[in-house]
Amino acid sequence: MDFNLTPEQQALKAEFDEFFKEEEKRAPEGWVGGFETRFENDDNWEYYRSCIDNAAKKGWLSLPWPKAYGGRELSYIEQALFAQSAEYHRVPAIDVHLSIVSAGILAFGSEEIKSEWLPRMAKGEIDFAQCWSEPNAGSDLASLTTKAVEDGDDYVINGQKIWTTGAHRANHLFILARTNPDVKKSKGLTYFLCDINTPGITVRRLDYMNRTHVYNETFFDDVRVPKKNIVGEVDNGWYVTMAGANFERSGAGGIAAMQRDMEDLVQFCKEHQRGGKAISQDPMVRRKLAKMAVDLEKARQWAYWVSWQQSADPWAFSEPSAAKYFMTEFMVRMSNEAVEIMGLYGTLKQGSKWAKLKGKFESNCQATLGFTIAGGSSETQKNIIAWMGLGLPRMK
Amino acid sequence: MDIDLTEEQQLLKNSARDFFEKELPKEVVKELEVDPLGYSPDLWRKMAELGWCGLTIPEQYGGAEFGFLELVMLLDEMGRACLPGPFFSTVVLGAPIIMAAGSEEQKSELLPKLASGDLVLALALTEPSATYDASGIATTATADKDSYILNGTKLFVHDAHCADYILCVAKTKVWSTPEEGISIFMVDPNSSGITITPLETIADDHQNEIIFDNVVVPAENMIGEVDHGWPVIKRVLEEAAVAKCAEMIGGCDWTVETSANYAKERVQYDHPIGAYGSIQHYLADMWIEAGMARRMTYFAAWSLEQETPCSAEVAKAKTCVNEAYKYCTRMGVQIHGGIGTTHDHDIGLFYRRSRQAALLFGDTEDSLIKIAQEMGL
Repeated sequence: MDFNLTPEQQALKAEFDEFFKEEEKRAPEGWVGGFETRFENDDNWEYYRSCIDNAAKKGWLSLPWPKAYGGRELSYIEQALFAQSAEYHRVPAIDVHLSIVSAGILAFGSEEIKSEWLPRMAKGEIDFAQCWSEPNAGSDLASLTTKAVEDGDDYVINGQKIWTTGAHRANHLFILARTNPDVKKSKGLTYFLCDINTPGITVRRLDYMNRTHVYNETFFDDVRVPKKNIVGEVDNGWYVTMAGANFERSGAGGIAAMQRDMEDLVQFCKEHQRGGKAISQDPMVRRKLAKMAVDLEKARQWAYWVSWQQSADPWAFSEPSAAKYFMTEFMVRMSNEAVEIMGLYGTLKQGSKWAKLKGKFESNCQATLGFTIAGGSSETQKNIIAWMGLGLPRMK
Repeated sequence: MDIDLTEEQQLLKNSARDFFEKELPKEVVKELEVDPLGYSPDLWRKMAELGWCGLTIPEQYGGAEFGFLELVMLLDEMGRACLPGPFFSTVVLGAPIIMAAGSEEQKSELLPKLASGDLVLALALTEPSATYDASGIATTATADKDSYILNGTKLFVHDAHCADYILCVAKTKVWSTPEEGISIFMVDPNSSGITITPLETIADDHQNEIIFDNVVVPAENMIGEVDHGWPVIKRVLEEAAVAKCAEMIGGCDWTVETSANYAKERVQYDHPIGAYGSIQHYLADMWIEAGMARRMTYFAAWSLEQETPCSAEVAKAKTCVNEAYKYCTRMGVQIHGGIGTTHDHDIGLFYRRSRQAALLFGDTEDSLIKIAQEMGL
């Protein structure tokens, strides 16, 4: 057993750290890191785009891909090092949609799809938004009803998608639509890629509870998508979707981001006084911070195990499910605890006079609620662990 | 980075599991709980013959010279088996003290006997102050010609009733800071002035009170340097914490597996209860906590093997495993319903052990205090 990085991995980590340390220095004044920040205003989006461009120039958007498609075939552990370094430095160099789509294309895409899309994705030219969930199809995604009907060289898509992250910034969509209503729900779906400027697509803003604009509804009115934009086979889209989950999912990046946030919180506690003493001397505060440190270490040790496991068995689902569930619940818990520790200061928004830590936790304790719901809700993840990990029976 | 078990470690673990499945049915565990000796000398002999008593003792003294991680493999299965007896006291607490601080003469005399299973040790550290801190030690050892006179009360001492020697941690210099002036003595339990009284505890794990009333101990029975015993004890306590974690993760795994199996069998309202979301989600949470407890234990054990300071890692592991074991056993009983609360069912063994183990060698509150200190707050 050896928890040390190999010399090669250490060198890679150093390379990543050096790059991201520099990138962090260029961040706009209001930049607080995190996933949703990039979508919120033009300055943030421009910073995100420039980070992606710089990472693309180094060939870092395609790290896990086969060399034949411009990748470096990095292991899951090495991908985790990349994510950790980026997120610790709060640099948005990761586009999770890119990971999802490329994994699907690599598993099921034709050579034509691969050669048309992968190089552009590697260059950072494609910003995808995900068109999967619908108002009546969330956890039960396979029950979706957006239709795609064959018409000559195209499919014509009609329907409505919801929770389209960043559609207001994206230039492309990846869509799961029903091509066959006569078979079992999950067996009649097809996976399409499409330019967002295709006629018939309408994006409507959804306001998050704190009025930030991250998510959207996307409407499809007779949208024509060429057949050549189908990933995999017609009616096989569900499996392309499943394969899209086959990238580094240990949560290592999120852990690094929380490590950084915790360091900020600890610093706040050392500086902020109550009753003539720094609150870092308050046993109650110390206990909360120590518990956070334990949860962070649990997530970290589990992340190493998931990375290790994924290398041995990419189709193991329970361990990544546990990682996603634990991490996101911890994120909600931690941001709420942080607000409590900061007391009244914890409630000040970024930009307000007297705001501390750029209102990070005021924002996070709201944004994180979406994470225990999206990407497979906590309940869904527990179902996966119960059904696939523990072999418990599914109710018919 | 390679964080899975080696083939050798997996083999050791598997063979230990097979051994205990054959040699230690839970009915026997329950009988031994109320037996005055509390363990089977026959089973002890078999374990010694397998080389387990000397697993981490250097080869030159008759041991197998394996590392701490290999010991963790054994302890994991011992926890799953609810193994009673003085293995932990002897192999995890006693022998390492001799190895770390004993003179060459003491090591040559004692380690071979420890390796062959011919010597049982007990560590008398804690007192009515009920703390693992050095400040809790009030037992004194007063120098008197070529002896020391021991006076005081030790409490919560596992296996004192069956030990060949008691390692007693006492103050040799009373007017000093708590961590200075502490020495370790090897005491014959048959010495005049020693009274050993069994305690009744939740896990039926044969703890004892020991009263030392002017007990004379030869000076040559001191282990290590006079007044400098605390660093040795401190290190052993960290190893003990992680060793206890190893036992606990074994118990966690048994509990999760047994509860999942029960949920597949038990039918109510025409479905196995394992088909209901509430039960599935309990089990998913238990599986995760048990899994994370295992990863934290391995990391802490590996860190101890590196011999670099790792108090934070140890404290985090102990906190995590304490809470995981308590949670898994509590929910395991819930999943079993009424029968989970009976003496007849085995899950009670684990529930009771979880309550005890969480408080041994680092309870959650103490551990959180340590973690906060290590965070530099």
